[in-house]
Parts: sequence; structure tokens; C-alpha cells
Amino acid sequence: MSGAEPKVTLDLAQAHGLTAEEYDRIIRILDREPTFTELGLFSALWSEHCAYKHSKVFLRQLPTRAPHVLQGPGENAGIVDLGDGLALVLKMESHNHPSFIEPFQGAATGVGGILRDIFTMGARPIATLDSLRFGDPEDPKTRYLLGGVVAGISWYGNCFGVPNVGGEVAFAPEYGGNPLVNVMCVGLVRHDRIFRARAEGPGNPVFYVGAKTGRDGIHGATMASAVFEEGAEERRPTVQVGDPFTEKLLLEACLGALETGAVVGIQDMGAAGLACCSSEMPARAGTGMEVELSRVPRREAGMTPYEIMLSESQERMLLVVARGREAEVRQVFAKWDLDAVEIGRVTADGMLRVRIEGRLVAEVPVRALTEDAPVYEKPTARPGWLDALVAFDPLSLPAPRDYERALLEILAAPTVASKHWVYRQYDQQVGINTLVLPGSDAGVLRIKGTRKAIALTTDGNGRYVLLDPCQGAALAVAEAARNLTCSGARPLAVTDCLNFGSPERPEILWQFGEAIRGISQACQALEIPVVSGNVSFYNETEGRAILPTPIIGMAGLLEEAEWRTTQWFKNAGDRIALIGPEAVSLGGSEYLATFGRCLGGRLAPLDLRLERDVQSACRAAIEAGLVASAHDSAEGGLAVALAEAAISGPEELGVEVALLSGSRLDLVLFGEGPSRILVSVPPAAERHFESLMREWRVPWRFIGTVGGDRFALRVGGEVVINVPVERTAHAWRTGFERYLV
Amino acid sequence: MKFGVVIFPGTWSDCDFHYVIGEVLHQPVRYVWHRDTDLSEYDCVILPGGFSYGDYLRAGAVAGRSPVVGALGDFVARGGLVLGSCNGFQILCEATLLPGALMRNECLQYRCQSTHVVVENAELPFTRGLRPGQVLKMPISHGEGKYYADLETLRHLKARNRIVFRYCTEVGEVTKEANPNGSVENIAGVVNEEGTVLGLMPHPERAAEAAVGGTDGLLLFHSLIGSLVEDGSFLKR
Repeated sequence: MSGAEPKVTLDLAQAHGLTAEEYDRIIRILDREPTFTELGLFSALWSEHCAYKHSKVFLRQLPTRAPHVLQGPGENAGIVDLGDGLALVLKMESHNHPSFIEPFQGAATGVGGILRDIFTMGARPIATLDSLRFGDPEDPKTRYLLGGVVAGISWYGNCFGVPNVGGEVAFAPEYGGNPLVNVMCVGLVRHDRIFRARAEGPGNPVFYVGAKTGRDGIHGATMASAVFEEGAEERRPTVQVGDPFTEKLLLEACLGALETGAVVGIQDMGAAGLACCSSEMPARAGTGMEVELSRVPRREAGMTPYEIMLSESQERMLLVVARGREAEVRQVFAKWDLDAVEIGRVTADGMLRVRIEGRLVAEVPVRALTEDAPVYEKPTARPGWLDALVAFDPLSLPAPRDYERALLEILAAPTVASKHWVYRQYDQQVGINTLVLPGSDAGVLRIKGTRKAIALTTDGNGRYVLLDPCQGAALAVAEAARNLTCSGARPLAVTDCLNFGSPERPEILWQFGEAIRGISQACQALEIPVVSGNVSFYNETEGRAILPTPIIGMAGLLEEAEWRTTQWFKNAGDRIALIGPEAVSLGGSEYLATFGRCLGGRLAPLDLRLERDVQSACRAAIEAGLVASAHDSAEGGLAVALAEAAISGPEELGVEVALLSGSRLDLVLFGEGPSRILVSVPPAAERHFESLMREWRVPWRFIGTVGGDRFALRVGGEVVINVPVERTAHAWRTGFERYLV
Repeated sequence: MKFGVVIFPGTWSDCDFHYVIGEVLHQPVRYVWHRDTDLSEYDCVILPGGFSYGDYLRAGAVAGRSPVVGALGDFVARGGLVLGSCNGFQILCEATLLPGALMRNECLQYRCQSTHVVVENAELPFTRGLRPGQVLKMPISHGEGKYYADLETLRHLKARNRIVFRYCTEVGEVTKEANPNGSVENIAGVVNEEGTVLGLMPHPERAAEAAVGGTDGLLLFHSLIGSLVEDGSFLKR
């Protein structure tokens, strides 16, 4: 069992990202030294990206079960029941490291990967969302990354033919060397058409389908499992190259093949390519697999077994087919002009055997590569600098003298301003299901053939999580649920992307553990299970980590598509109500970042029971037809939420609002806090609305009226802001774009 | 009226046209595979939007040379109607069934947005239910929608009233601001000499139901369906 492969040594193993202990462990498992190909398999499958070594012990805490969950974490995507025999498949993935190295292809292949995770379950993808983080917008490198990432997502998603219905873009210097590109995808599937990634049935043939294998992306998984140092750009060959046209063919061919009934199991080749599929699929089924690599379609000559197994060439899937029915599957792929080649068999002995021209180059128990991968409980430690950061009092900074200018500046801050420049590059309507386009609190899509609709959002705030990882993460869950609620939906399930620095640093791992605790608390209180997700560690450069950024992707259900609600005011004369508590803080706020240019302070408290009640009350009002719009108050606080509600729709409407005074004007206007929703109520519905709010016993107040052409805010009776509404619109519309010309 | 919706590898608006024609308009509709050449059962063939062949070489270049497009010549000669939207328009130009070419958007980016177009020619089977000067609201979604034809061709198109739609404001003014992609003279759609092959960049199938953004696209289909005469020919005004 040798051939012309390099001899494996400890040094070589360490160059592959394995520790000395891990190498020892491999030797004990195999009872010999691994071959070079086997070393490659272990280094990829045992990388952080594939094995979740540092995160598993924490992830177990997440609530993943509920009556409507058909598939929780453990497969390629999560699945929840929508009723009517239909189910929603959802997953979110990160492609952070590749996007820094090669933004266009990095982001594009991120889209490609998440699409495959959805259709490998048998579901047709119906929507994507993208959550992006970049560094200082003044830095030309940021503009380069942003432009490349958006172009890459646009190219791949549009060519493939899936609409983008939402997402977010935010900026903070901490993301400068490590942008975040998180893409969420959902698909629809009938209950009886769900497929899983299991290699069942010893003797069944294993088929490789899709694009040919090349040398791109080898060790992509390992690259995502290490921090960047100088010379990161030299890693360019590790970035995969996408072909959305082939992916579209692959989608149609796979769904067609699944329809024949001849397919037993299917998985997409993503991180660690064929190595991952050929070990995970049998591991899940308790079987084994053997593959003959000379049968793998290749587009480069002279590829070694190591390269073939680890290649991350895109747009490929591995299928297990029912023995005797191979011709049916071949026929479907031939129609779409894609390779469909039998490369191996399912076996019964739990081993993965890899051969090339009959010569055995790897022989490993599949469990060793997957379930028995190391699980670490590494040290955690609360950072020493955190107390001082939280003790900072934002009110120690002077208040602005000109609140009108302050509002305009915050509206023009690139994190807050309109992201129209981004999503007008994305197709938003293919499939003709999109009822609410990007630009509102959540995207909403109808489900043809039913009265239902689904709502989708992504949310996360790295600043909050830095200041208080547990509460900050819980706030992200609350905010996502609130955004869905404002759109008229009942939250159903979470898919998350947990973006952090190096888990080998105790402070980072502490942040991670605390964030998981916060997500769990919020998901439990709001009764929303986590059905899938992704962990991205090692987002740091030269010792500087990103803000700890758990991104929460959430899907919700509207039993009646008619209930869908958008965030902008509709009619002059409508009364504006604020539902929720008064408690806000400037700690970690957009206001503090924009004017104070600093990050510190305490977060406003989160009362999950109140959050739940506020959302229930809002949904009840929506379902009863009592509100014309609903919008949650988030970055920038109430003044920004009011402005967004006034200007983000097709018309710009003025407002006249009176707020109660607080300890300081800037706190009242720009303070951020959870559980706050702005609704507009037509005069005819006022009385009914009032009694509904009383019934739900939530704090609430009318604060003003829609109308006129001025944006007018009083606090404690004093006029604080009174500007033509078009000036606020101008600031908000141009704030982001001005960085990109 | 019997519709055929063509599918090339990479097409994605096929399902949308099929849905609108079948479920909203309740007309007989079938998919046509790109290798089929027998179009005899159809009154109207649709070339839908998408990225046929991934836009390799040029958008529509490969599809423009496929068997089904090869069969369109005869189909049209025998009186059939063809509607090409977005990638369909690109394919018709590549196959020289329509003059001109669709180039990269002036802004060099993909654009997905709502647009208004003004009806210039209301005498076609596609438009006889409309008035000249009527404004329709339909979305576009493309990276290569900038229509170009040389001066001679433009002169000819105008003389023969073959410019069917132009991008315009909400109230029908043909202005630079209303032009989303830099098309020459704001041209959004043109027709062949006989008035039976229409190419347009907007997506009428995306404006066929109020819930998803308006019903102006439906007006084109109503005109089409209303144009069909018993003997299988089509009325023009």
C-alpha cells in the first residue's frame, strides 16, 4: 500500500494543521503510520471547519427539537414542517476566509455551496439572503472587498436563478482583515420527497455526478481553520472557482434523478470534497464505502489520489443508487449533459477504502474520520479588558448641539443607510414568489398552491456580543424574531452562522460559549428551535480578532399571505404607536460608534418574556388587520426607526412625533434597546387596537401621526428635530452609495 | 391559444411563464426542450429569461444556434408567433430573427428593478389590446440589456414602426433618467418585419399578478390571446 507518495512524518502532519496529539491518535487508530492520502483525509476531516472540534461541546446546548422539526442538525440542512405536506429546508453558511483572499469567487462559491446543501435534501432553493461585514468604509481595500463580494453573489445567484430577498451589510474596523460573508438559503420540499446523506445498502453503487475535478480549493477546509498572517494573498489557489450554469444543470438533474426513486442517498461535495462525502455518508448509515479514483472525471492530468480526494472543485455531488437502477440515473444526467460515473460501492464493514488503478492508497474506519474526530474542551476565560469596556459611560461624552445634523449623519452612516446599491444587483423575483422585496424588515415569499407565505431574515450585532456575549447573542435571536413578527410571521426555526476569532484563545472561546448560552436562552424562551448552522472560527489577522458575530438566520410562517406587512408608513393620518418598554442604552450603539468613535458601555436589559408578549401583541394586531405598517427599532434607535418608516417605502411621508423626555436627548433619540416596535394604525382601527394592546398587557403608547412633508420630533414638549422629510431621505439613500463611486 | 415555453440548459423563467400562462390565464401550455424541432402544435412560442448556457461567449450566443431556434424560422413563416423576454430577446438577436444586439448595461452592473415602458406600436398581436402611448410597469433583471442597432437599422426600424416599447417615466416621458441600461433611444423591445416575433428585455411574466407586483404584463398576453382567429392566424389592427 504505497506508491510514490511522500513518507508521512510528524512534521508533515503538523504542516497539515494536525497537532502532535492528533497525529498520535491517528497512529493509534490505524495501528500504523498513515499513508500520505490518509494524512490528507484526516487533516481535512479533522480540521475545525469539518469536525467542529472546539465547538461541539457548546453546540450541544442549543435547543434543536420541536414538534414541527423534521430534521435537526446533523444532515446537510435543517427541515421544518409548514403544513399541507410541505416542508422548508434551511441552512446558512460562511465563506469568510475565501472572500478575503478572492472576494468575487469566494463569495460566489459561498452561494454555490449553500445552494447545494439545500438541494441535496431534495428541495428546490427558493430564496437566499446574505449577511456581510466589512471594515472601515474609508479604506479602499474595504471598497474592493465589498464590490467583489456583491458582484460574486450577484453573478452566482442570478445565473443559477434564485432570488435574493434580504440580508444586511454592516461595517466596523474590527472586520478590516476578516470580512464576513454569510449566505442563507431556503428551499421547499414535499415531506415524502426528503432525501438524506446516508450511504445505505451494502452493494449499492456510488455515483459521482456533476463537474469534473480539478486542483482548485485543495485544503480549503484547512485554510478556513487557521488565522491569516502576512502573505494571505498567496493562498489564492485554495479559493474554489464556481460555475453557476453547471450548478443549475446539476440542480435540475439531481431533482430529476431523485424523482426516479432510484436514489438512496445524496450529498454535495463541499468542504473537503470527495473525502467528506465518502466518509460522512457511510458513517451516518453505519456502513462503509470503497472508491476507485481512476473513474473520477478529471479536468487536469496527473492528479494524485490525495488531490482527487481533497479537491474542492465545485458543482459535484455523490449519489448512492439502488443497485440495478443505475441506468435510470445515468439517463437523467445525460439529458443535462453532466457526468454521472459509478466510482464505487457501499460496503458493510465500516471502512473507507480508496484505490487508484486498483492500488489501495487509503483504508480508514469511517467513524474515525467523522464521529470519532477529536472533541476538545479547551479553556475559556473572561477577557480582562471587558469590565473596563462595559463600565464606560456613553453619557460622559458631550451631547450634540445640533440634533438635526446628528440624525442626518446617522442615517447616512453606511451601516444604517439604504443598501439599495447592493440588492439592486441581485435578482429578487425569479420564481415569481416574492411578495415583499428586499428593503423591509424581512423578505416574504408566497407558497403557491396554499394561502401561506414564509418570511426570512438575518440579524446579528457584533458590538453587542463583544460587550456582553450572552445577552448580545440573545438580542440577535430576539431581533430576528421581531423582524419576522413585524412582517406578519410567526417565527419557526433558526439557522445560524457563528463567526469568531481563534478558539485556541481562551477569551474567544469564552465569548463563543457565552454566545451559545444566550442563543439557547432566547430560543427556548421564544420557542424557536435551531435546526442547522455553521461555525466559522479563526477570523483573525495577526492577533486581532473580529467582533464576535453570531448571525441568526430565521424563517417564519404566515398562515395567510394577506397578513404580510411592510415597515414603511402608508397613509397620512395614521397614528404612530410604539409598543414595548422605554429602556434603552447608548452602550454599543451605532450613535456611539458614529459620533464617539468608540465601543463601550452597557446594553439595555432584555426581558425575554416581555419580548415574547410584545411580539405576540404585534402579530395579533397584524392578523386583525389593525396596522398599516410595523418596524422594529434597532441600530440608531427610535429616531432612525421613525425615519426609516417614513422614507424607506415608495413614498416619503412626514411625521409628527412627541417622545417622553429621558436623562438626555441623544439617549431618547438614538438609544438602542430590545422589544420595541413602531406600528402605524389607521384612525378607524384605533379603538380596536387600543383594546387589543390592553388585552396583551404590553407597555405601549401613541407617539404621533403620519402626515405632512416634515420629519418633526419633539421630546418633552420641545422641538428637537424639524427637517423636510426629503432631507432625511436623501441622507439615507446616498449614505452607502457615496463610498462606492 | 397553445403556448410552448422553450427550455435551454440554464433557462430559469420557463417555470414562471408556464405558471402564468397555465394557472393565471388558463391557456394550454407545454415545455419545449431545446433539442425539439417540431413546433407545429403551438400558436405562440416563448423564449423565456435566464442564463442559457451560462451566457458563455455572449448572452444568447449558444442558444441562438440550437435546434429549436433553427426551427423558429419555419414556424414563423407558417404564421406562428414568438415572444422572447430578456435572455429570449438576446437569443432572437443572436439568431438574427431580430435586428440589433443586447450589450452590457451602461452602469456595468446587473440591475433588477421596476421599469415603465411606453407602447409605441399598438397594432401587433402582442399589443393590439393597448393604446399607443400607454405606459406599462414591468420589472427588468439583467446585466446585458443595453440595446444597440446601427443608425441605418434604427432608421429602418422607425420607418417600419418596429420599435414596440421604450423605457419611460411613470407618465410616459422617454428620458435618460428612465433608461435603466443605456439602450439606444431607450428601446426596450422590437418586432420583426411581419410583426410576429417580439423581443423585449422586461419580464411580463413577473407583472401578471397583483400580489407580486402588478398586472401590466398580463395585458400583452390578453392581446395575444384576443388576436387569435379561428383559422389559426392572428389579427393585427
